[in-house]
Amino acid sequence: MDYSAVVVMEICYAIAVLILISAGLAVIFGMMRVINLAHGEFLTLGGYAAIMSNQAGLNIYLSILVAAPLAAAIFGFLVERLIVRFLYGRLINTMLATWGLSLAMIGGFSMIFGNTTTGIATPISGFALGNYQVSGYNLFVIAIAVLVIGGVYLILKTTRAGLVARGAMQNPEMAQAFGYNTSRVYMFTFVAGSALAGLAGGVMAPLVGINPAAGAAYIAKAFITVISGGTAVISGTLASAGLFGFVSQTFTFLATPVVGEIALLVAAVILLRLLPTGITGRFLKDKV
Amino acid sequence: MLRETAFSAAIGLAILVVAPLLFDDIYTLTVLTIYGLLALSLGFIWGFGGILCFGQAAFFGLGAYGFAIASINFADPWIAALVSLIIPALFAAVLGAMLFYGRLSDVYLAVVTLVVTLILFKFMNSTAGNAYKIGDARLGGFNGIPGFDTLTLPWDSSEYLINESLYYFCALILLLAFLGLRWLLSAPFGRILVGIRENELRAELVGYDVRLVKTLAFAIGGMLAGMSGMLFANWAEIVTPALFSLSQSAEIIIWVIVGGAGSLLGPIVGAFVLGALKFFLGQQTLVNNLFVLGSILVVTVLFLPRGIVPTLTPFFKRHRRRSRAAGNGKRGRGSRRRARHAR
Amino acid sequence: MSVNRRKVLKGAAATTALLAAPSVLRAEETIKLGSILDTSGIFDLYGKPMDKAVDMAIDEINTDGGIAGRMIEKVAYDTQSDMALYTQYGQRLARQDKVDVVHGGILSASREAIRPTLRKNKVLYFYNVQYEGGVCDRNIFCTGITPAQQAEVLVPAAMEKWGKKVYVLAADYNYGQITAKWIQHYAKQAGGEVVQVDFFPLDVADFGSTITKIQDAAPDMIMSVLVGGAHLSFYRQWAAAGMNKKIPMASTVMGAGNEHVVLTKEEGDGIMLAYSFSKELDTPANTSFLERWTKRFGATDDVHELAVATYQGVHLWAEAARKAGSVEREDVIAALEAGASFDGPTGKISIDPKTHHATFDVHLIEVKDQKMAVQKTFVQRPPVDTQTVCNLEENPKDTTQYEIDI
Repeated sequence: MDYSAVVVMEICYAIAVLILISAGLAVIFGMMRVINLAHGEFLTLGGYAAIMSNQAGLNIYLSILVAAPLAAAIFGFLVERLIVRFLYGRLINTMLATWGLSLAMIGGFSMIFGNTTTGIATPISGFALGNYQVSGYNLFVIAIAVLVIGGVYLILKTTRAGLVARGAMQNPEMAQAFGYNTSRVYMFTFVAGSALAGLAGGVMAPLVGINPAAGAAYIAKAFITVISGGTAVISGTLASAGLFGFVSQTFTFLATPVVGEIALLVAAVILLRLLPTGITGRFLKDKV
Repeated sequence: MLRETAFSAAIGLAILVVAPLLFDDIYTLTVLTIYGLLALSLGFIWGFGGILCFGQAAFFGLGAYGFAIASINFADPWIAALVSLIIPALFAAVLGAMLFYGRLSDVYLAVVTLVVTLILFKFMNSTAGNAYKIGDARLGGFNGIPGFDTLTLPWDSSEYLINESLYYFCALILLLAFLGLRWLLSAPFGRILVGIRENELRAELVGYDVRLVKTLAFAIGGMLAGMSGMLFANWAEIVTPALFSLSQSAEIIIWVIVGGAGSLLGPIVGAFVLGALKFFLGQQTLVNNLFVLGSILVVTVLFLPRGIVPTLTPFFKRHRRRSRAAGNGKRGRGSRRRARHAR
Repeated sequence: MSVNRRKVLKGAAATTALLAAPSVLRAEETIKLGSILDTSGIFDLYGKPMDKAVDMAIDEINTDGGIAGRMIEKVAYDTQSDMALYTQYGQRLARQDKVDVVHGGILSASREAIRPTLRKNKVLYFYNVQYEGGVCDRNIFCTGITPAQQAEVLVPAAMEKWGKKVYVLAADYNYGQITAKWIQHYAKQAGGEVVQVDFFPLDVADFGSTITKIQDAAPDMIMSVLVGGAHLSFYRQWAAAGMNKKIPMASTVMGAGNEHVVLTKEEGDGIMLAYSFSKELDTPANTSFLERWTKRFGATDDVHELAVATYQGVHLWAEAARKAGSVEREDVIAALEAGASFDGPTGKISIDPKTHHATFDVHLIEVKDQKMAVQKTFVQRPPVDTQTVCNLEENPKDTTQYEIDI
C-alpha cells in the first residue's frame, strides 16, 4: 500500500518534471512555430542564476522563483532581438541558429563557471509516507508544475494579452491590420517562454545540480515532449508529458532507469509514426 | 557531361594526392577526409533530398560498430567492411521507410531521427556488462570496443592499411563517393529527388513514388555515413558510444550548413575547414572550442544561410566563364547546364 | 655526498648552458614530456588540475637540475573531452613531436585510444588516474589507485561499523562493473552479503525510484560507485528524502573530483572513503606540497586525487630517469622495475615490477564538514587486483587489458 503510494507519487513527479522542462519550449513552439534548441541552456542559465543568487545571500525561494526566470527572460530578450527575429517563418533555420547558440552557451558557461557540477541544498526536508521516506521537494516540484500550467492557461484564455497573442499567432496580417504590433507580440512570447525555461532550471537546480552541459539532458526530452504533443500549448504538453512520464516511470520501477528512458524514446517514435503531427494534430485540435 | 566529370575527377584526384605534401600531418588529414565523406552523406540527403536528418551519427556509429564487431568475429576484415556497409544501409532503409511511408516531414522527421540516435546512444552506453556480447565481441558500454583487426591490403593480409595507405584509401573512397553522387544526381533518379525537394506534391501528382525515392536516397546517405564510420573505426582503432552522440550529429549538421547544403562540394569543404579548426583549437586554451563552433553556426545561419561554397561559387563561375569567353569565344558550358536545370 | 655535488654541478652547468646557448640549440637538448589531457569539455574538472600538476612537477624537476643535466619541456594537447582527439594527438606526440614520455589520459577509453599507438611507436606511457585495473602492458605505468586497493580497506571497515547487509550502486561502465565485483568479493570475505547491485549509465540524474527500491531492501549500508556530475544528484536526492540520516554510505569514487566540496555539509557528512590522497592528510610532505601549490596557483580548492597522482607520476618517472641517467624507454623501465621510488604528498610511491602498477599508502577517510578527515592509514598497499591476472616478468609481450574476474 505504502509502496504503491510512493510509486504514484514518483509518477506524478516525473510528469511534473516533463511539464516544467517543456513548458517554455511549448509556448514558443506552439505560438510562434519556432523551436528553440538552446532551451536546455536557458534552463541551465536559470539554474546558475538561482545558485549564484542563493550563494550571494538571497532567500532560496526568491532565488528559484524570481532570480532564475528573470535572468533567463533578460537573456531571452537579447536572443530574440539579436538572432531569432531575423529568422521567423524559417523553422529549420531557427533550429540551427539556436543549436549554434546552445553550443556557444555551453562553451560560455564552462569558460565562466568551469565544469564543476554546482548545486544548492533542497530547502524542504523529506517526510515519511508509511514505511518509506520520500523527498518533500518532489511535492514542491509537482505544485510548481500545476501552477505553471494553470497560469499559462489563464493568461491565454482570460486576459486580453493572451487573446492578442493567440490572434497574432493565428493570423499575423489580421492582427497587424487591427493595429497590434506582431513583432512585439512575438518578442513578448519568446521572453515569456524563456522565463518559463529559467524557472524550470531554477526549480530543478537543488535536485540535480547544474553544470555547463546539464541542458543537454533536458533538451532532448523537452523537444520530444513538445513535438509529440503537437501545437496546442497546454493540452498537447499535458497529454504527452502525462503519457511519457507514466511510461518512463513505470518501466523504471519494473526494470531500471535506462529501460525507463529507452521506453520513453520508443513510445515517442511509435507515437509520431501513428500521429505524424503530434497528439493535438489529431485530437483536441481546437484546444489551447 | 562526361568531360566535365573527368575534369572534376582529375582536379579532385590532384587535390587529394597533393594534400599530404602541403599538410604534414597525414593522420589528421585522414580523419578530415573521413569527416568529408560523412558530411557528404548528409549533404546529399539534406541538400538534394530536402531531408534534414538529425541522426546521421546513428549510421556513422553503426558503420563503426558494425566493422569492429564483424572484424572480431570474422577472419577477414574485408568481410567486416562489407558488413559495416550493409548494416547502416539496411537500417537507414527501414527507418526511412517508416518515416516516409508514415509521411513524416521537417520537424517531426528531425525528432524521430534524433530519438533513434539517442536510443542507440543510450543502449550502447549501457552495455558494459558481460552479458552484452555479439559473437566474440563484447560491446563494452561507455568504454567502447578497442583492439579489433583493421583493414589489410587485399592481396597481402599481413600488411595493414595505416598512415599513408589508409589516407589514400580514404581519399579514393571520398572521390568515388563524390563522383558517384554527381552521376546519380544527373541521372533520372537524382532529378526526381531534386524535383521532390522543390515540390513534393507536384512530383507525386506527376506520378512518381515520392516515398520510395526518398527512402532510397535516405538509404544511400545511410550507407555513405556507415562507410565513413567504418573508415573511422580503422583510423581510431577504437569505437565508443560517443560516435552516436548528439554532439556528433550536431557537428555533421554544422559542417554541412557552413560548407553549403546545396552543393556536393560544400559539405566536404565544411568538414575539412571546421575539422581542422577544431584540431587547432585544441592546441590553445584561451577560448572554449564549443563557443567558437557554436558562434560560427549562428553567424553562418544569419549571414550566409547558403553556406560558404554556394555563396562563393558564382564569383568563380562568372570569372571562369568570362575568361573562357574571352579566350576562344565558345559559350560557357556552365550557362548551358544552368539553362537545362531551369527547365 | 659526491652524488649530491655532482647533481649540483650538473645543475649549474645546465643553467649556464641554458643561459648561453641560442634557443635552437636549447630546444634540441631539452627532454620532451608529452601531456595529453581534457582541459576543456565535460572532463576538465579532472583534467585542469592534472595539467597544473604536470606544470608544477616539471618546474620542480627543472629547478632541481633537470634529468642528467637536461631540462624538461612540456608538449601539451587539450583533447576537449573528445575521444577522437586522443587518437589524433597521441599520434602527433609520438610521430611528429617525438616526445620522450607521455603522461595523460583520463577516461579508460582515452587510455585505450592512445596505448596501442604509444606502444607501437615505443614511447613510454604513464597513466596517472584511478581506474578499474587490469592493464597488462610493459610500455605503460599505471600510478593511480585501483578498485581492490580501495575496497580491501574500505569494505571491511564500513561493514564493521555499520552492518553486514550491503546495497551497491554503481556507474554502468567498465570501472563500475569491476569495482562492484571487488566490493562483492570483500563483502563476502568479511562475512557480509550484498543484497542488490544496481547499475546506472553515466547520464542518469533521477534516482527517485532507486531510493524507494533501496528502502524496500532495507540494507545496513550503501556502497556507492557513482561517477560524474549527473550521478552527484543521487547524494542530493538521497539527502532530500532524509535518507542520509537513516542508512550510512561508503564510496570508492566520491571525492576524486572534489565532490565532497560541491555537496553541502548535510549531504556529504559521514560518507566513508578510501584514497591515497586527502588534503587533510597531516604529514610534512603533504603540507609542503599544498603550500607550494597555493604559492603557484593561489588556492588548493582544485587539488584532488588525480592531480596528486599525476604530480607523483611525473616525479616518479623523473626519479627513475635520474637513476638510469637517461630517458631512454628501456633504461627508465629497468630503473622503475628495480624499485625507483618517490616520496610524495601521499607518502612513498613505487612500481610493482610484475604489473607496472603502483604501490602506495591508502587512507581510510570520513567526510566531515566538506573535508576528508583521515581515520586510519594502511601503508604500502600493492595493486592486488591486477596482480591476479598480470605478470609482466613472465610475459613481457602481454598487452591485454584483463577484465578481472573474481
